[in-house]
Amino acid sequence: MATLTVSRPPVGGFNFENCKRNAVLEGEVTKLGCSLPAARKTGTTICGVVFKDGVVLGADTRATEGMIVADKNCSKIHYISPNIYCCGAGTAADTEMTTQIISSNLELHSLSTGRLPRVATANRMLKQMLFRYQGYIGAALVLGGVDCNGPHLYSIYPHGSTDKLPYVTMGSGSLAAMAVFEDRFKPDMEEADAKLLVRDAIAAGIFNDLGSGSNIDLCVITKGNVDYIRPHDEANKKGVRTGDYKYKRGTTSVLTKVVTPLNLEVMDESVQTMDTS
Amino acid sequence: MPDFVQRVSAKNELVPEWASQEVSTGTTIMAVEYDGGVVIGADSRTTTGAYIANRVTDKLTQIHERIYCCRSGSAADTQAIADVVTYQLGFHSIELDEPPLVETAANLFKASCYRYREELTAGILVAGWDKRKGGQVYCVPIGGMLVRQPVSVGGSGSTYIYGFMDSNYKPGMTKDKCMELTATALSLAMERDGSSGGVVRLASISEEGVERRVILGNELPRFSTH
Repeated sequence: MATLTVSRPPVGGFNFENCKRNAVLEGEVTKLGCSLPAARKTGTTICGVVFKDGVVLGADTRATEGMIVADKNCSKIHYISPNIYCCGAGTAADTEMTTQIISSNLELHSLSTGRLPRVATANRMLKQMLFRYQGYIGAALVLGGVDCNGPHLYSIYPHGSTDKLPYVTMGSGSLAAMAVFEDRFKPDMEEADAKLLVRDAIAAGIFNDLGSGSNIDLCVITKGNVDYIRPHDEANKKGVRTGDYKYKRGTTSVLTKVVTPLNLEVMDESVQTMDTS
Repeated sequence: MPDFVQRVSAKNELVPEWASQEVSTGTTIMAVEYDGGVVIGADSRTTTGAYIANRVTDKLTQIHERIYCCRSGSAADTQAIADVVTYQLGFHSIELDEPPLVETAANLFKASCYRYREELTAGILVAGWDKRKGGQVYCVPIGGMLVRQPVSVGGSGSTYIYGFMDSNYKPGMTKDKCMELTATALSLAMERDGSSGGVVRLASISEEGVERRVILGNELPRFSTH
């Protein structure tokens, strides 16, 4: 039996139908005295630097929900392709999904061309998608990688503008990190110097910006090799308690002890295995 | 107690206001025609609010071999429009099997800027050289108007140099005089406009090709105010 389907042409862009509903909900919720959940933002310090043989990307690991740390050790350096990685600041969901979408499309593109993808291609795809959504996708990215034309580093803003530079920083801690870069960056650094510089820049963000914190992740990309170092530096280790509130055995003296064994018979034993694959 | 006021956005205390503002090329751009070509120039500052996102921006974007555009306004909008026009002009040029006309490029810019005038913030100067009319400068300001002018300035810093331009431009100047005029005008604007600064990027386009130059901060012409 054939079914008649009316095909609606695909409508692009966001669906804003729920905005009215959200406004009504917000009004009702304030009457009850509670508040709606806020989108989780990665306060963040992310940065990247081009050195002699490649690029070094760095990020902190704190994700905040308003004033509360939602994740003390989240991963902000996302995989795009074997030779390209992307740090994300802004709305956590937006950076995660945007990088995954572009990574997927880039893999298909790479299979079509039969070549390793280029950083400029990833940049084009990201900027064209973000421009299409006119800044509503809150993803501020630092894209870096090494391709057939050498090492490249881009910063991509939520509205879709990009800058190609030898060193970039993004996120709420970007000013602190940029101060470190402007002081100590030199073209054609060695890998060790570059890693130290990025580590110090992220550390500046972690210790001087409230929105950034926890550990420092690094990603070193060179021709034919990627070092994903997570964590590179545990800048904020959880402290060890010096005291203990537990009372020692014997604080309360035992006067009598009565042991009553409960004789229970095993009636039925069944095992249900969980699929942990 | 120190009184440091950090303006943070009402939405999220941890994200400062400048982080959520759109990136704009504050800008001073300029283009001058001379007999045999054009000279174009721009500053190099891109701002997000009060923070300089890029202090070495290249606002002189190549659209075709001998056609460039100077971008001012929203960085995202102008980059997107320039990419679209580069594609359209490249396609048109291949169909024609001839280098495209500067007027064609300018009309392509106008078409996009006028059609989406409500959504875009883009002020563009299109300049280049073609065989038919030689060096030409076309102005496509916000709103999508198109007009050819022998000299044109644009961007937030342009307001400070209209007087200088009107009194110092003379028709029939040589290429080197045009370069000097552009560099001086841009330096004056960068001195006074907070959204313009960095280095001065110059380019000259003629039948021979494109010649690019950068004038660094310490090499800029200085004036009696210091």
